[in-house]
Amino acid sequence: MLISQHEQTLDQLQGLVEKHGDQRNALIPILQDFRDQSGQITDYAMQAVANLLKIEPSEVYGVVSFYSFLSERPQGNFVIRLCRTISCDMAGKQAVARQLENDLGITFGETTKDGRFSLEWANCMGVCDQGPAMLVNETLYTKVSPEKVGEILDSFKSRA
Amino acid sequence: MIQESIRNQITFSQIAAAEGLKAGLQITPEALIDQVRESGIRGRGGAGFPTGLKWAFTAAEKSDKKYVICNADEGEPGTFKDRVIFENWADLVFDGMALAGYAIGADEGIVYLRAEYTFLREKLEKCLAERRKKVLLGENCLGMKGFNFDIHIHMGSGAYVCGEETALIEALEGKRGEARNRPPFPAASGYLGKPTLVNNVETFAWIATIMVKGSDWFRGLGTEKSSGLKLFSISGDVESPGVYEFPMGISVNQLLTEVGGRGAKAVQIGGASGTCVPSAEFDRAIAYEDVATGGSIIVFGQQRDLLDVAENFLEFFEDESCGQCTPCRIGNSKLLEGVRLLKKGECSAKYLNELCKLAETMQIASKCGLGQSSPNAFLSIVKHFRKEIFNREPVAV
Amino acid sequence: MTQQATAANTEMIPVTIDGKETRVASGTTILEAAKHLGIRIPTLCYHEDLCVEGVCRICVVEIEGMWTLQASCTYPITQAITVKTHSPKVRKARRHILDLMFSEHYGECYSCARNNNCELQNLAQEYGVDEYRFGHPDLPIFNIDKSSFAITRDNNKCIQCRRCVRTCAEFQEVKALENVGRGNKTAIGTFLDKPLGEVVCINCGQCINRCPTGALTAKDQTDLVWDAIEDPTKHVVIQTAPAPRAAIGEEFGLEPGTPMTWEMNSALREVGFNKVFDTNFTADLTIIEEGTELILRLYKTLVQGDTSMPLPQFTSCSPGWVKYIEHFYPEYLGNVSSAKSPQQMFGAMIKTYYAEKNNIDPKDIVSVALMPCTAKKFECNRPEMADSGHQDVDFGLTTRELAKMIRESGINLPDMPKSDFDSPFGTASGSGVIFAATGGVMEAALRSVLEFVTGKQVENFYDHADIIPVRGFEGCRYVELKIPEEVGPVPAIIQHLVPDWNWIKGATVKVGVAHGTGNARKVMEDIKAGGKFSECHFIEVMACPGGCLGGGGQPIPTNLDIREARAKAIYAEDRAYGEAGKARKSHENEAVLKVYQEFLKEGPCGHLSHKLLHTDYTPRGKYID
Repeated sequence: MLISQHEQTLDQLQGLVEKHGDQRNALIPILQDFRDQSGQITDYAMQAVANLLKIEPSEVYGVVSFYSFLSERPQGNFVIRLCRTISCDMAGKQAVARQLENDLGITFGETTKDGRFSLEWANCMGVCDQGPAMLVNETLYTKVSPEKVGEILDSFKSRA
Repeated sequence: MIQESIRNQITFSQIAAAEGLKAGLQITPEALIDQVRESGIRGRGGAGFPTGLKWAFTAAEKSDKKYVICNADEGEPGTFKDRVIFENWADLVFDGMALAGYAIGADEGIVYLRAEYTFLREKLEKCLAERRKKVLLGENCLGMKGFNFDIHIHMGSGAYVCGEETALIEALEGKRGEARNRPPFPAASGYLGKPTLVNNVETFAWIATIMVKGSDWFRGLGTEKSSGLKLFSISGDVESPGVYEFPMGISVNQLLTEVGGRGAKAVQIGGASGTCVPSAEFDRAIAYEDVATGGSIIVFGQQRDLLDVAENFLEFFEDESCGQCTPCRIGNSKLLEGVRLLKKGECSAKYLNELCKLAETMQIASKCGLGQSSPNAFLSIVKHFRKEIFNREPVAV
Repeated sequence: MTQQATAANTEMIPVTIDGKETRVASGTTILEAAKHLGIRIPTLCYHEDLCVEGVCRICVVEIEGMWTLQASCTYPITQAITVKTHSPKVRKARRHILDLMFSEHYGECYSCARNNNCELQNLAQEYGVDEYRFGHPDLPIFNIDKSSFAITRDNNKCIQCRRCVRTCAEFQEVKALENVGRGNKTAIGTFLDKPLGEVVCINCGQCINRCPTGALTAKDQTDLVWDAIEDPTKHVVIQTAPAPRAAIGEEFGLEPGTPMTWEMNSALREVGFNKVFDTNFTADLTIIEEGTELILRLYKTLVQGDTSMPLPQFTSCSPGWVKYIEHFYPEYLGNVSSAKSPQQMFGAMIKTYYAEKNNIDPKDIVSVALMPCTAKKFECNRPEMADSGHQDVDFGLTTRELAKMIRESGINLPDMPKSDFDSPFGTASGSGVIFAATGGVMEAALRSVLEFVTGKQVENFYDHADIIPVRGFEGCRYVELKIPEEVGPVPAIIQHLVPDWNWIKGATVKVGVAHGTGNARKVMEDIKAGGKFSECHFIEVMACPGGCLGGGGQPIPTNLDIREARAKAIYAEDRAYGEAGKARKSHENEAVLKVYQEFLKEGPCGHLSHKLLHTDYTPRGKYID
């Protein structure tokens, strides 16, 4: 039987409520898990989770729009986050950024047409001694140079 | 892909897992708090509040439920020592948290781990599971009847302001990470309205260490007002960036010699919210009574344009301000605009003066530490590098 | 004795503010202590009705020994402190905060609905703002949101004090407005930043009443009303609700609670309305229709075992409440009285009964309603509100909009001579008047129901017919009333509906009253949990605090003192009706009785009544696309 996208979302969220509880302090863990499972927090998911936790959708949106890792809505399978903060900046993040844009054919905040890569800025990632630092999903890359960008991208191109 | 960051001998390597916890549980909670107080240790996150006092306040509150929170939302630009501590000595942090639980009468500990450190989570969970197996956590912890302390990890979602303890608590409660009005302080009313102790990752690790080596040992290091040792995260224009352990009170000069940063133009002490110290003042001490830091040291070589630095920091604050109070939400944008005018050679001395006065208002009128400290770098750069920042050609249109 | 008890319970703390000394109970804020000493500290995000937020920082003060300034609205005094409220540091900080606000505040004072009644403007004057030190926007950043029938949002004027957010969350528990985004992109927004007309908003306008600037205003329709008045082919009538009369004086510098009923009638004719009617006429009609419906519900449920009309019956006069229940508790819509609100009953009557009687083509009638309310603007635009064959009510004007029209006509309202309402609807009863206060509809209904059932004057049971237990400002009230053992005959007007009163004699009638939808939620949750409100027969709910007198269309500012003063004026007017020998009970209203003789011949809840005076509701829920 075909189930609608909404029903699937609701099922998923109900499972997460069972895992994290139905109190307000479960909201962010539920949103995090949902994002990890689904790639992004949809409009419907925000309303459904509000309903399950007996709060209002506006409150969920207030929270989602506050946190960088919840508010971004990258469509890509692989989300590239390049650190833009001072130490990585001094270590040459600008050149890396340009290379990423050139290689992917998109600018920061965009997703490639094939839906594989999204490009985002990030604030300090805590590897300032090894900048420029870059996260691809949860994998951390350090001392990234423009010439390494192609290599890193290639390693993901072969993955699903 | 992440490389070893440790650059010198770090005392934590001498301490075994559970060693400090075992020692601390030998004495009464009151005596334990006294030890912490006598060590003189102050919060290693940057604000420098006396840890013993914080513990005593939280212990004094009567409540059926209390919480111990480990602030692992290490977001200050240029700092990464908490990551290194978790990578190498997670047990010491958990020992410290359990000691805090014992001292203040809490049975629940929460690690608020920043989203950027998600890659550490698995390892930390494994460590916690190990500890439960060894009864270093859980019911009747270490065989002490009725001491049922356990720890769980709560992931952050990407917001620098959550390093502020009341904003962190709001985030834990599932809300926007906006700092609360104080008083009441978390010691009286924190997570879910219960007495809550929030300490930095490094602070907990030092507590475990102090239990082994003694408060006198700690007190004997550093300066009178800033006792003990501290981990420093060194980045920027130095030969060997990474994590170092130094005694508090070390001069900027000494530090630069150790890390291979001699000849620097300026050093940013305390991250984006810290102070930019010019070479003429490199004899200053890194200590709460002089230039304070949570451990972030960013070295600027002669080639660096300090307006670029100020611009980078203010872009950071414009985005990372929680946005609730007027001075911080709008003030940082105004300072950023001013820096951009300076870069273009289009800022009058009068306007710069107005911006400096605004920055001073931000320091005293903002609601939380973020807004109060965000103008520091701007003010110190304007103060010490006036010649450099005014020496710009207007950009041709 | 009492003082000693207080001292024993709460420690008294010495505090010195600007050199003046006093002692305050531990926990008193600096702002409260200063007020007590007669010292003014400016505020923006602070509002007496709401919890403190401490975000605007305009109220910062200097505490001796502290390096940073503290927000006086949030800082509790728990130990002896010395405070300076306008030291050089403080003054400089306040001026900076204002400068920062002006660097983002876009919009001209002259063209602003809040010109001369704006807290930001006042502070600019107080702190001598003579230039925009950190710039001033030349162009708007946000589009003005005009999507709602009731509320216009102009974020360009917003200073992010968050009073609207707290009003919507704490008072109303609707949460249409919320803080969204972070950093310099933080703003007051809605779910997904959708236009207000598309999200779950009940149009109550309480946010407008607490907005310090012109960021939130009622949708202004005065130009359209002027057009109608100036059009010679149009017959423009206005009905006026009771709450505006008790408040409109505030717009002309009078103390809150100065009634302007009769002066306003003259002013409205001067402005150019062809007829001035009293909404209380249909308030009385509402009581007859809604009261009859209640009797029917009780009879069906308790005697006939018919569950098609569930209990408790909820009132339906407040369009904010109606939309609230449509969104939040749609499963209870069957409990809402099908009787239209007085505004909409009047609308239907004007374009049928009145038009017929006066030989006017209803399409040439422009029907205006003066309301204390912004939700009425939405209500009159509900597609189902066209039972006369035309839009029943064309425009709902707020008290503020009408005050503007009166001023524009060169009239100083307090100077106007007094005059009565126009026939054929005439002057209504005192029961209609008290509709304006929380508990008023309940009191009016009880006056009539008690007399219907007992056949005796309600004065026999309550002095002066004042049913005090249902009055007051407590958020949720639960009251039990005993029906006497001795009942009278069924009045002719409803004889066809119930045979006798034997089934109700000696019974205990349980009623509830709630005002503010936050309190309504408490009642609804109690009902869902099977609490005492679930046993009620009749529950009155008004969406606004204090009832209509605290409506979102009333003069700004608002606080508890102002609302209490307005309530006092309302109850005094009801009393005055009695003293002047006028009717105080809805079923004594001659014009209403005449309508049942001449027009609604099948009586209350009859066929024509149902067509014109009753309605149904839309289960809306909370999900939006």
